[in-house]
Amino acid sequence: MPLVTDTGFAPDDTPALVSLGTLPDAPEGAALDMPLDADPAAVAPHFDRLSLVVVPFPSFADGRGFSLARRLRALGYRGRLRAAGHLITDQFPFARFCGFDELSISDALAERQPEALWLAALSRAVPPFLQRRGKGWAA
Amino acid sequence: MYRYDEFDHDYVRARVSEFRDQTQRRIDGALTEDEYKPLRLMNGLYLQLHAYMLRVAIPYGTLSSRQMRTLATIAERWDEGYGHFTTRQNIQYNWTKLTDVGDILDALADVEMHAIQTSGNCIRNVTADHFAGAAADEIEDPRPTAELIRQWSTAHPEFAFLPRKFKVAVTGSPNDRAVTKAHDIGLRMVRGEGGAPGYEVIVGGGLGRTPMIGKVMRDFLPKDHLLPYLEAILRVYNLHGRRDNKYKARIKILVHETGIDDMRAQVEAEFERQMREEGGPVVAPDPEQVARIEAYFAPPALADLPERSETLETAMAEDAALARWVETNVAAHRAPGHAIVTVAVKGTGEAPGDATTAQMRALADLGERYSHDELRISHEQNVILPHVRKDDLPGVFAALRKAGLATANAGLITDIIACPGLDYCALATARSIPVAQDLSRRFAAPDRAKAIGEFTIKISGCINACGHHHVGHVGILGLEKSGIENYQITLGGDHTETMAIGERAGPGISAEEVGPAIERLVDAYLDVREDEGERFIDTYRRLGAEPFKAALYAAA
Repeated sequence: MPLVTDTGFAPDDTPALVSLGTLPDAPEGAALDMPLDADPAAVAPHFDRLSLVVVPFPSFADGRGFSLARRLRALGYRGRLRAAGHLITDQFPFARFCGFDELSISDALAERQPEALWLAALSRAVPPFLQRRGKGWAA
Repeated sequence: MYRYDEFDHDYVRARVSEFRDQTQRRIDGALTEDEYKPLRLMNGLYLQLHAYMLRVAIPYGTLSSRQMRTLATIAERWDEGYGHFTTRQNIQYNWTKLTDVGDILDALADVEMHAIQTSGNCIRNVTADHFAGAAADEIEDPRPTAELIRQWSTAHPEFAFLPRKFKVAVTGSPNDRAVTKAHDIGLRMVRGEGGAPGYEVIVGGGLGRTPMIGKVMRDFLPKDHLLPYLEAILRVYNLHGRRDNKYKARIKILVHETGIDDMRAQVEAEFERQMREEGGPVVAPDPEQVARIEAYFAPPALADLPERSETLETAMAEDAALARWVETNVAAHRAPGHAIVTVAVKGTGEAPGDATTAQMRALADLGERYSHDELRISHEQNVILPHVRKDDLPGVFAALRKAGLATANAGLITDIIACPGLDYCALATARSIPVAQDLSRRFAAPDRAKAIGEFTIKISGCINACGHHHVGHVGILGLEKSGIENYQITLGGDHTETMAIGERAGPGISAEEVGPAIERLVDAYLDVREDEGERFIDTYRRLGAEPFKAALYAAA
């Protein structure tokens, strides 16, 4: 289960994840398994204690995670944000724009879409709307 | 007209090579068919019944003569000499080869065009009033707004994998020619306090298998709040729209199930959150870019002319065919002595919206010579020459006659909308084009068509309703029943600001029965209308469906 970062594949260093329900009792530096249907505002009071938030992508065609990430960032979450599950290389820059720092993908997907493709995806053309505002993929 | 800057140019080129690369990755196996499909669709390429179909974007239906010539060249070189103008102001090529697509996209990029987001579960090519910038009844040209939306929505990283497709339409006139109430978002320009223009925001309209009239989410939205507000609607939809059933995935279902008040509260909260963000909303309009866009849509320099053209009056007195055409196909322009011409791309017995290479070239020539190098595609599948001098109308008519484009039927019973249907489409359950062709022959006599007056027939070859049948005065929906085409008739639909969804008249009828049944319906209407000024839709509203149902099923 490699992580995909701006510099390539990295080994998975995921700590044990806590659920939204156990978050209030979680220790400093906890990593949250963020449900797609939860309101990020409920997580906001705990932002400071979190070292990582993991947003699931059950399918590459399910784009909820992109909006969830933007909402988390808009609410002030500054820690690590990870998309985990089924994404394709073409979506890597989109995920970066929406506020994700990294992706976690399956070994099978990493084999089919190797490191070089993920790195190449980051040089996909940036839409003109963003370019005119001086923005790149990493918002 | 909008002109690309270096960012647009580079981006469109880059997307062509990106699509070539995506196709190569599919061939290599890096992408599965499931993964490749949405990428292909977001580049406008469908797999149809017999071949690939490429749908090219004509943003808000506006194009130059040079662009129209390229569309003609593509039809000639890579298709079978035809293009098909659609109800979303786009053009489709029904016979493209996968191996040619990269070259076609390159040819489009040469003239500042593309096929981006004409399909897929993303924000689609934005549509607008086809009389924009010319209409006498306009508050403001809707195209700068539509262009801003095009720029914002192109490859929007957050909204490329929505629950379902998302269509936006903009009108600048109180008379709605853009079908705004049947879109995921419809924007109607209105004036707020002090006269400043803004938008009425309509959400959750749509046709398809669950037709719904859009609901007002905001009475008045100041212009500079547009993008953050759209972003708020899309974010709520992307997070909460249904993904368990593709037939319930459009925003209209979310609005219906959530209720407009609750939905509005969610959107307003999201909007407020953005407005409070540090440094303002990420998508706050960049005034410089807005001004640049608006400058491109400055009205053309039109000559100062008297309202009445003696040249035209004399020519009309001598030529009854010209006079009839002017009466039906010419609309009021805001500038005296000018007119808006609707060119019918649906002659008698022809497929609505189909134009040949030669016709596209003739239209390009006319646009250049008579209409300040501008053409429009209407959702009624016609071509518009937006800025023509009345003095030039006889010349335009003569040229159109030569090109086989002079049918005088705009707004009349043979100005039919039809989807491609089972002749092309993989989703279709029945043919649409032959039904349209049959009806156009039956009502071809100009005097009879004129006597019938304003009358819309809209035909879809399946429940997805690309032919807008729900909002036709008469809608025809082609279905399939045990292997045989079967057509359901709906009555009383209306696509304008007084939008109504047609009601089903009764059981479906066979293909051969459609023509005779519609003839009986029309005869019944002519019998019972109060006077010549009462349109079919008015008579229908006055009398209800009964007399028309009786006529439709009289022979059965």
